[in-house]
Amino acid sequence: MAESTPLVRIEGLHKSFGSLDVLKGIDLNVQQGQKISLIGPSGSGKTTLLRCVNYLEEPTQGNIYIDDKLIGQRLAGTRKVPMSDKELARMRAEIGMVFQRFNLFPHLSVLENIILGPLKVQQRNRAEAVELAEDLLNKVGMFAKRDAFPEQLSGGQQQRIAIARALAMKPKLMLFDEATSALDPELVGEVLGVMRRLAEEGMTMIIVTHEMRFAESVSDQVIFMADGNIVEQGPPRQIFRESQIERTRSFIRAVQEH
Amino acid sequence: MGYGELWGATHVELLAAAWATLQLAFGALVIGLIVGLLVALARLSGNRAMRRAALYYIELFRGTPALVQLFIVYFSLTEIGVHFSSFQAAMIGLGLNAAAYLAEIYRAGLEAVPKGQVEAAKAIGMARHNVLRWVVLPQAIRIVLAPIGNVAISLLKDTSVASLIAAPDLMLRAQDLSSVYFMPLEIYILVGAIYFALCYPLSLAVRMLERRTRH
Amino acid sequence: MFDTTALNKAIEMLPYFLNVLGIGALTTIGLTAAAFAVAALLGFCLALMRLSRSRILSLIASLYLEVFRNIPILTQLFILYFGLTYIGITLPAIGAAIIGFGLNGAAILSEVFRSSIRTIDRGQSEAAFSIGMTRSLAMRMIVLPQAFKVAIPGMANFAIGLLKDTSLASAAAVPELTFKAKMLVSETYQTNLIYFLLATIYLILSLVLSHWAARTERRLKVVKEN
Repeated sequence: MAESTPLVRIEGLHKSFGSLDVLKGIDLNVQQGQKISLIGPSGSGKTTLLRCVNYLEEPTQGNIYIDDKLIGQRLAGTRKVPMSDKELARMRAEIGMVFQRFNLFPHLSVLENIILGPLKVQQRNRAEAVELAEDLLNKVGMFAKRDAFPEQLSGGQQQRIAIARALAMKPKLMLFDEATSALDPELVGEVLGVMRRLAEEGMTMIIVTHEMRFAESVSDQVIFMADGNIVEQGPPRQIFRESQIERTRSFIRAVQEH
Repeated sequence: MGYGELWGATHVELLAAAWATLQLAFGALVIGLIVGLLVALARLSGNRAMRRAALYYIELFRGTPALVQLFIVYFSLTEIGVHFSSFQAAMIGLGLNAAAYLAEIYRAGLEAVPKGQVEAAKAIGMARHNVLRWVVLPQAIRIVLAPIGNVAISLLKDTSVASLIAAPDLMLRAQDLSSVYFMPLEIYILVGAIYFALCYPLSLAVRMLERRTRH
Repeated sequence: MFDTTALNKAIEMLPYFLNVLGIGALTTIGLTAAAFAVAALLGFCLALMRLSRSRILSLIASLYLEVFRNIPILTQLFILYFGLTYIGITLPAIGAAIIGFGLNGAAILSEVFRSSIRTIDRGQSEAAFSIGMTRSLAMRMIVLPQAFKVAIPGMANFAIGLLKDTSLASAAAVPELTFKAKMLVSETYQTNLIYFLLATIYLILSLVLSHWAARTERRLKVVKEN
């Protein structure tokens, strides 16, 4: 069966912060509709990898293609030059990101947080944007709070709104950077529920997470990273239950001890 | 006459006046440091009247212009028989002004020492005066050095105001020389350069201090 | 003992003093407001220059800051005044004063603005970028509105300092509060009473200003809660 072009193609990605090498050569393809989980110990580079996909981090070396288009840089002859801010913004508009600390805009209401993108970036008219936002708020179960301000809401509520805000841009791809790590345990479930439904609807998702059971049940592929490298990649069953690689097995053992 | 020639003709007088300015600023700083300490102690004292008085002092000197304060010290006090030279009046006025800011700096410095340290010291049985001497003061002093440096820089610049009560500082000398050489713009630019040469190294030093205390 | 005739004479002149000083106070307030506007506009540009990714712009702004912060404002006023005359521009003294205080104030306010922009968490910009905003849009819609609230105390402090500094304009014969007071003293020799009134008026003005700033800050917080 012919493989269509991957939605995300990462080639030879290296990233260093000063003398610290965080990513040491990553090659990865993500097909449309796939759910990929990135797991591994802290410092393994998984968050950095995620942030390179929407160019919040600039690679030291390597290329990242979104729908076959190089992101963050463009080729001028044989050299690579930085992409213009406008062009980069346009590419980022098609990638949604959900942050560990939500990063909702505190000076705007919930509704305003969500319509801001469609209104100011996609130039939709206000009625359209509001309708879209209210649909999404219903989907994530937060319609009642549409006039509230972020500081009045719990972490789980804020994160669900953050997901709605990202979805309002109708992205092709959603990136989740430890979306539940900053939440009180009893609030984690409501956010994972939204993510699960999103997965079932066919969204392409790259998820950095410590929630192993969630990763196992939702992913098509699980990638285990350590020390800036991909140690092992495969379907959930392979990584979580049948790994032949000792490094993977000891990590899985360690996290399941809790 | 070009700048070089002008500098050649005036630099002796200008540098002498700069020295007077430095003395003025230094004297005011010393007055400010001492009076500021007294005001800070009054501010933190148990006596409500002292606290009130200190607060009024701070409000008064921070809410009125330094120039007005110099006017009062130099002109008003003469009416009740106190005669200061313009230089003395400037030093006293600027010193009292600086004291108000320094008092608040002292207070902020003391309050910035983490309370946990005081509690820990008391918990191991340290007497109150020792806690102050060995735990609070060393840290408070480190914290206030940079803000005091900033007050010193401000004082150096504020000495220029003394010229308006005819105190023999750099700006007054510039005024005199302007009427001698009829080149006011050039003279004031030279004077500006002298002030810059005095203040800039101080600012660099203060910035280094600020960076060190942040760690 | 206590010279009651002198005291009575002084009290008689009180309305006259208050009248003259009142006009001076209005000039002081106007001068402060105008200089503040100039300083805010220019200071904002300088802050953006300092924060920009262009090293040249950043350097120019830093140089400006160093020059204007290490020279007394009185010297700057004189240089400006004589400089303008030298290149043939005749401005009324108050115009030169507005420019002079504005140029100096821009250096101070630019640091207030710059630090308040930097206190806005980087995550805010990143969230804005992630929904497809360009740097300038993110700055305009997300960072600056939040930074403004943070900058209010700094702006208020600057305004109070500026109010006091305008007393220096008296040296250039600008008819503000201090100049009027000096005039009255040379006219009537009532030094103590007049300088007492002078100090009191400045005190009232700066207290009013700081209360107004505190109220504005509080009001901005309340509006959000609705």
